[in-house]
Amino acid sequence: MAQPANRPVFAPWLDPDQKPLIRFQNVTKKFGEFVAIDNLTLDIFRREFFALLGPSGCGKTTLMRMLAGFETPTDGTILLDGVDQAPIPPNRRETNMMFQSYALFPHLTVWDNIAFGLKRSDMPKEKIPARVEEMLRLTRLEKFAKRKPHQISGGQRQRVALARSLAKAPKLLLLDEPLGALDKKLRQDTQFELMDIQEKTGTTFVIVTHDQEEAMTVASRVAVMDHGKMIQVDTPGRIYETPNSVYVADFIGDVNIVEGRATRKGDDRYAISWAEGQPEILATSTEKVDQGTKVYFAIRPEKVAIARERPEGRANVVEGKVHDIAYLGNISTYKVEVAGGRMIKAQVANERRIARRDITWDDPVFLSFTDTAGVLLLH
Amino acid sequence: MNRRFSWFNATSLTLGFAFLYLPMVILVIFSFNASKLVTVWAGFSTKWYGELLGNQAFLDAAWVTLKVAVLSSTLATILGTMAAYVLVRAGRFTGRTLFSGMVYAPIVMPEVITGLAMLLLFIAIGLDRGVTTIVLAHTTFTMCFVSVVVSSRLVTFDKSLEEAALDLGCTPFDAFRSVTLPIIAPAVISGWLLAFTLSLDDLVIASFAAGPSSTTLPMKIFSSVRLGVSPEINALSTIMIGIVTVGVITASLVSKRSIARQRAEEQAAVRTT
Repeated sequence: MAQPANRPVFAPWLDPDQKPLIRFQNVTKKFGEFVAIDNLTLDIFRREFFALLGPSGCGKTTLMRMLAGFETPTDGTILLDGVDQAPIPPNRRETNMMFQSYALFPHLTVWDNIAFGLKRSDMPKEKIPARVEEMLRLTRLEKFAKRKPHQISGGQRQRVALARSLAKAPKLLLLDEPLGALDKKLRQDTQFELMDIQEKTGTTFVIVTHDQEEAMTVASRVAVMDHGKMIQVDTPGRIYETPNSVYVADFIGDVNIVEGRATRKGDDRYAISWAEGQPEILATSTEKVDQGTKVYFAIRPEKVAIARERPEGRANVVEGKVHDIAYLGNISTYKVEVAGGRMIKAQVANERRIARRDITWDDPVFLSFTDTAGVLLLH
Repeated sequence: MNRRFSWFNATSLTLGFAFLYLPMVILVIFSFNASKLVTVWAGFSTKWYGELLGNQAFLDAAWVTLKVAVLSSTLATILGTMAAYVLVRAGRFTGRTLFSGMVYAPIVMPEVITGLAMLLLFIAIGLDRGVTTIVLAHTTFTMCFVSVVVSSRLVTFDKSLEEAALDLGCTPFDAFRSVTLPIIAPAVISGWLLAFTLSLDDLVIASFAAGPSSTTLPMKIFSSVRLGVSPEINALSTIMIGIVTVGVITASLVSKRSIARQRAEEQAAVRTT
């Protein structure tokens, strides 16, 4: 999703010959009794834009701080380019970090903030100004070089922080909730800007965020974390379309979860009985599910069609009554009450003007979806 | 202001301030007295100030006091800042509360006891009493004041600024020197000024720690008053009041204005609108 279509598919994680830039090997981090990271193993590849996604307290920030060197693993090893990072202090690591608070030095100008790391590197003195200018150009801050951080806007500060962390051309750039402080519109613009800069510089980015939309937009791969464990690591598309658990399905986007018992109906086809007297839901699953197992059928609202008449030729049709309508302008979400008081959401793009919508509150409706629209989840 | 002072408020305010400052006002007025008798006004004159400049004993004492104040407040600032930094930054370690309590305890310790303890120590280690011992004694009792001022600034200091410095290649010392110190500088300066004024007017501790050749100005004043108050003493005291007032006001201005401004800037730098 993050990759433009005109480039060959970027998927080093599928290539067994690729060496990862970062390798977490059975990393555990404990704070006293609290286990922040639980025996985690993960590879991140060069030029990736890797997103760590999860609720607060899931360990994503700890994972990032271990990469930066501010925390040391209790157990396990972290390799950067094959080098064990454990004995290397933060100031000698080939990583740089963009802080959530930006952490710009208030007593230095924008120019000096960006030059700060360069002055402490082995870069010859006379080359520093050119590099700073280059960074200012990259982040479109040329006009603000002489200003102090408190004299520029939030969006500009965010770019100074980015320029400062990119100036030393690190092997790995860590971004800790980089856009959290920006308002929504600026955030969206900045996301594209970040992707653009990542592509131009070819730096590997690891971003920590709790905003799933942000992760989906910018990342080449997303890792969904919970309680110090990786729940699923995959491309945004696969995370969304084929989540491996109810947790992931629920965390990313909107989803209907229907609980039921599965019966095998041939190859990869299953029928799920979910309510007394209701037709079974027909679904497919590539994973083998045992007869009579309790399963969760997950389907995204936009894959559920809603109609006043019983649709023909759809694998699954469920009757219900409109309980609520959320009108969001571009789309409308219908909350439909089906058998047993269960609510199923259906999302429809508003192709017609509002006056001509024909479904309203308490209308009896038919929900329908194909047998491949949803996924079967075991947990 | 449409709310006026009531008579009661005005009276208590006047009484309160009179109680506090009347003695000093009288002292300042009589320092400009032309008469040699301290209690009889005989016209305005600045001759006692002139005479003061010719009094070698007073000048020597002033020189000792200044040396002691500059040296001890500088030492106290270094030690106090270090103590504050460790106590604020080191996080929770066993005995942290005890340590911070112990740093601040000398503030409430009776000066006589501090002075006596210092004296016993100097005798025990065989250190000859003189300027050095006064400097050491003053450093001991002023560093906790510096520590209080600096640590109150450090607790509001965004730790990620230091982490950013480390991340950009600073050693921990370089991070402190090039990021933390410039930002907390107003608090450090204000701590120095506070230590300077405290050292300048200390009598009790200096008396314990001083040797025969190292009389400070407050000691000199105290001993000459026992032989009778002279207008010269009034003049000298007026100068000291002036210096201390300027010091304290500067310290509070530096801390109030520039700390507030810097904090606002720092917060602006870490947060968005």
